[in-house]
Order: sequence, then structure tokens, then C-alpha cells
Amino acid sequence: MLADMARGFLDGAAPVKKLREMRDAGERHDAALWKEMADMGWAGVLVPEEAGGSDMGFAAANVIAEEMGKTLAVSPFLSTAVIAATALRQVSDDRAKEALGRIASGEATYALAIDEGIKFDPDATQLEAKAEGNGFRLNGRKQFVVDGGLAERLLVLARTDAGLTLFDIPADRASVSRDPSDMIDARDAARITFENVEATGEDVLGQVDQAMTVLKPALEAGQAALAAEMTGLSAGAFDMTVGYLKERKQFGVEIGRFQALQHRAAHLWCEIEVTASAILNAGRMLDEDPENAALAVSIAKARATDTAKLAVIEGVQMHGGIGMTDAYDMGFYMKRARVGAEWLGDYSYHAERVAAARGF
Amino acid sequence: MSGESLEAFRADLRAWLEENCPQEMRDGLRTEEGICWGGKNWVFTSDAQRVWLERCAAKGYTVPRWPVEYGGAGLNRDQEKIFREEMDRINARSPLESFGIWMLGPALLHFGSHEQKLHYLPPIARGEIRWCQGYSEPGAGSDLANVQTKGEDKGDHWLLNGQKIWTSYADKADWIFALVRTDREAPKHKGISFLLCDMDQAGVETRPIKMISGISPFCETFFTDAVVPKDQIVGEENKGWDVAKYLLTHEREMISGGAGGLTGTGRALGAVLSETMEEMDAILRADAMRCEVNSLAIGLTLERYKDQSEAGQGAGDASAMLKYMGTELNKQRHELMMTAGGSDALEWNGPLGNRAADWLRTKANSIEGGTSEVMLSIVSRRVLGLPG
Repeated sequence: MLADMARGFLDGAAPVKKLREMRDAGERHDAALWKEMADMGWAGVLVPEEAGGSDMGFAAANVIAEEMGKTLAVSPFLSTAVIAATALRQVSDDRAKEALGRIASGEATYALAIDEGIKFDPDATQLEAKAEGNGFRLNGRKQFVVDGGLAERLLVLARTDAGLTLFDIPADRASVSRDPSDMIDARDAARITFENVEATGEDVLGQVDQAMTVLKPALEAGQAALAAEMTGLSAGAFDMTVGYLKERKQFGVEIGRFQALQHRAAHLWCEIEVTASAILNAGRMLDEDPENAALAVSIAKARATDTAKLAVIEGVQMHGGIGMTDAYDMGFYMKRARVGAEWLGDYSYHAERVAAARGF
Repeated sequence: MSGESLEAFRADLRAWLEENCPQEMRDGLRTEEGICWGGKNWVFTSDAQRVWLERCAAKGYTVPRWPVEYGGAGLNRDQEKIFREEMDRINARSPLESFGIWMLGPALLHFGSHEQKLHYLPPIARGEIRWCQGYSEPGAGSDLANVQTKGEDKGDHWLLNGQKIWTSYADKADWIFALVRTDREAPKHKGISFLLCDMDQAGVETRPIKMISGISPFCETFFTDAVVPKDQIVGEENKGWDVAKYLLTHEREMISGGAGGLTGTGRALGAVLSETMEEMDAILRADAMRCEVNSLAIGLTLERYKDQSEAGQGAGDASAMLKYMGTELNKQRHELMMTAGGSDALEWNGPLGNRAADWLRTKANSIEGGTSEVMLSIVSRRVLGLPG
């Protein structure tokens, strides 16, 4: 039901055509669209009701993300409504509650500044937060900060004396410089430099040196929702492709009559079905047994990455030349799939986590 | 059903298992040596195996989801999950496996008359009658509807003549369910009947076929004026193809998950490979990790389809997907196990037991019950609606 509602809305308000228009106009964020999503309860999908949210849970967040993937809808849903909201939920003070309320209403947008190298690797964080008086000084750089250009606030992972600490600071704080990245998927991301940026104890989310208490659930929620988005993306690319097989004629017949193409399309459908099961399982585990959801999340992200890659490669190939043109939408799916593959851990990262849990 | 009553069910079941599952049956053995197939000629490997079967059969636990009146325990899906969990918890062997349970039972539950269900299902549940499947013929493999075994109408019975092939364990079975051409004039799908034939008669002969694995699980089965009384038909005359297809969806689900510990409850591949190779090389390790990710996801998919389906019903056309994905993966898994086994895996009954025979056996997984290519064609036509 949620899926049907979301699909109905997104087909009208955020079809692929919309992404194309935004790209052509050089826009990376549609504040009015995000406000509409917030009004439907999507921004507050993981925000408790007492803080003004709809509190529908992780499985529901995955459903929304999956539908967004089908039409490549542009929104800060993953960064803000899933990752930041889940992080803030781990902290039970008034400031966090207020922040959650501002997320639910659509006012606040967040980005997670975590990557420093070319791969997702939180443990390798070097950005330094040096204790100074009652506060900290942040020095270092981040890259591939998704939604880092549009976000009002940043969650910054930094190295402190005895571990990692997560800071929640406004993106326009002095000495934070944001350099927008011109991403292949036409979505928002930035490289961000921190030069002696001042942070107070108030800016720490959770405890000093204990970032993972807050961040681990947030990352898992984000990875699952991203996997769901990529599965929606796979389904969207697949639907276009099967539609094309039924309509395109060569040698006097629809090309969907050729067994070589039928079997490839059927194989792709099988892969998408299997991945969909992994997504459902991840949502269920996050809702029912979040302490032990890591394996389910990594199965989902690994599978979603693999499946999306196959879906867009087959999508372009089975469309032939037209699939290579910018005028056709398939290229948008391919580029988003590549960005999604890298974000929050690539195939190898998650397969390693599965392997570790399964006796390798 | 409420969580509370489910937990009460679990507690009762746990106590029953503690009291009734013999210690020797708690070794989790799932290989051929550990399976109890039942049937008139079955020789129990131990007293414990016999006792375990009898106790489970008395409770309906050999077929937990079948209705009680037909020999089952009448469990719903949630209860069945708990049943499997509790069985796994004590590492219990399955009390009984058979083609009657996997294939004929579901088909009878769907198409059989009440009298047929009462007559045929309880002996399956108790392991008294062992069934085999008479589907393929030398000229009817992937083109299964081309079966030519003839059923001649003799008033109160049919007279069967013809040959079946790949009839698994026909040499050990008591009865055979067979696709028989009862109308030679009709189009090929519309002249087939689904008949139940007692093999204890002169007109039925079987001959085992030695396979590349060195063993002979498959047979040829010959009918020479074999007699099948008219009440031994499932569904209507000449409408056997509907029964055949329905049964195939169950066969495919069974092959997809049952063929080698594929599901999440099976042993982790990493642990299996580490037994023979302390440190896997980079390529083996990468291939194995991918295989493990896919195993877990396919296992979740099998569970998802079971959750969606009603008692005793199958996944329908999606069973083609389950079968294709499950069997192709199982072949990969065994390739990796051979690689990890190195030269130790190359001896019959060598240091790794029957690993090579198991590996060779898996090559049939993507052929039996419909080839991978037939599965893809089914998905293409029935699910995707691509032109045929």
C-alpha cells in the first residue's frame, strides 16, 4: 500500500524526466519536492511520533527508497531521513529530539561526511579533532559527501584521542569549505575541507571516542535503504528493457522473440527477485533485531550492487545504440547505479563482512 | 496466531523432541547415508531410525503441514518454521524423505478426491509406500509433453506400454506416478493422463543406469501390458498435463533448496572450504565469498516464497526462478569444494569421502525437473510475457 502510494506520487512528481531537467538546469536539490515528501511523512519515516515523525520503521523506509530508485527521484531522503535520523535517534537529549523534529518537518537537511579516500573505510578516518579547552579543532578533508552541497548540517566523523567521534555541525560554520563535485549521476555531492574548524562539546553526537555507538545503526540503516533504492533502480531499468524487447522490431519481428534475449531478460528478473528478498530481510532485521542486522544488511547491499550493475549493463546492451544516447533515460540508471555501488561500501566491502560472519 | 500461543507451541514441541528424538538421530546427517526413504523394502540402518520415524509419523511430523486426517500435523507456516528451528536446534535428522512427500503429496492435496487423499496420503506420511516419478522418456526430455507411453482403455482399467527414463530410485520404489498418453489423436498437451501404478506386477520392470558419479540413482522403467485400474487416475482423463505441471513446480522448489544445504540453515561455505585449505588463495576466496552471498540471498528467497504460499501450495511460475538460481549456485558451490579439496578430492572414497561423486551428482541439478534453459523460457513467457 505504501509502495503504491509512493509510486503514484513519484511517477507524477519525480519521474526520470525531472532528474534530466534538474541536471540540464544545473540544479541538485528541489526544496519544494522535499517539502511535499515531508508532508507525506517520508522525511520523518524514522522519527518518533513524539518528535513529530511518522515512525514507520526501516522496512517502510526501504519501500520508499525502492520506489525512489525506480524513477531516480532526487531527494535527500537517504542522507537526512534515514542516516541522520537514525544517528540522532540513538541519542536521547533535547537537542537531538529537536533536530529530529526539524528533519521530520523537512526543514533540516543533513549529509554524512565520512569518506576520506576513494573507498568507504570509516576505521581509516584521519580527519583530526584535537581537544582544545572545552572544545575541539577539526582539521582534515572529506570526499564523496553525498548531499554535502545542499545540506544544512553535517555529520562529521573525526579521530579523537582514543577513538572516533561523530560531530553534528552546521554546514556553514566558519572554516568549513565545500567544493561541489560534478557527479556522473547529476546528484549532489561535495569535497569538504576543514581548516581549524571550531567545535564544542555540544556538537558531539553521542559520546567522545564512541562514534560507532551512534554511527553503526545509522550506517546500517543507510546501507539497507541504499540497497533498496538500487533494487528499485534495477527494476526500473528492467521494466524499460522488457518494454523495449516487446516493441522494437528487427528482422521483421519483435526482438523479444529471440531466445538469446529472452533468456538474458529472464536471468535478470531472477537476480532482481533474489535481491528483493535480501532487501525485505534487511528491513525486517533492522526493525525486529537491530543489534544483529549487520549480516542481513551486507547481504542486501552486496546483492543490490551486483544486481544493479547487471541490470544497467543489460539495459544498455539490449537497447542497442539508442541506449547509449543521452536523449534516452537508460544512461541515467547506469550512472546512478555506479554511484550507488560505491556509496557506503562497495561489493567487496560488504562481501567481506558476509564472509567474516560465515566462517571465512 | 498470537506470539504467546506460538511460544507455547514451541515449548511443547521442545519437550516432545527432548523425550522422543533418539540420541543417534541427533547428528544432523543430511547425506544419502542419513536419509530414511521408507517403503515396503526399506531396511532401517538402525533401531533408532525406525523408532524416530514411527514416533514422528504418529504425531504427523513427517509432513508437518499436511492436514491431520491425511497423516500430517496440520501446522501453519509459523508453526512449521518453529518446527524446523527446533529440529535444527537439536541437530535432528529428518525422519523421512520421499518423492511422495515432495511431489505426489502436494499434487494429490490439490487435485485428488477426498477418497484418494485418505487412501494414498497416510501411507506416504508413515513411510510405508515409496513412490517414484515416471515422467521423462527417451523422446520426451525438455519436450516433456511429447510422452508416448501408451495407456489403452480396457473398460475398467488401462493397459500401459512404453518406456520411462531417469526414474529416480525406481528399483527401490513400490508405486509409480506416471504421465501416460491416453488419447493419441488430441494435441500433445491434451492427451495425457496422470496415473498411479502399482509396480508389484509382471508388466513393470526397472533397470538402473550407471551415472558419471559411479552410482545408479536413476533407472529405466518398462511397461509391458501393465494394468492400472480406472480409479487410479489423478484429475480428469486427458487432463494430466495440469497435474504434471503443478507437481513440477513442487519438484523444482525441492531441487532448488534441497540439493545440498543451499539455504541459510545449511553449513557456511567458508567453514567447509577451510576444512581442507587453511588459507584460501585470493581467487578461490573471492569466488567463494560471492557464492556465499548468493547462497544466503537465494535461501532468503526460498523462505519468502514459502511465507507467501498457502499450506501445501507452491511458488507457481516463480518455482522456475528458484530452481534455476538454486541449482546453478549449487553447481558452483561444489566446484569450489572440489577446488578447495585439491588432489584429496580426486579419489573415490578418498580422504574427503564421496566429495567427487557429490560434485558429479550436482551436474544433474540443472537438468532434472526441467533444464536451466527451460526454466528461463518459462520465466520469459509466463512472468515477463515475452512473445513465444
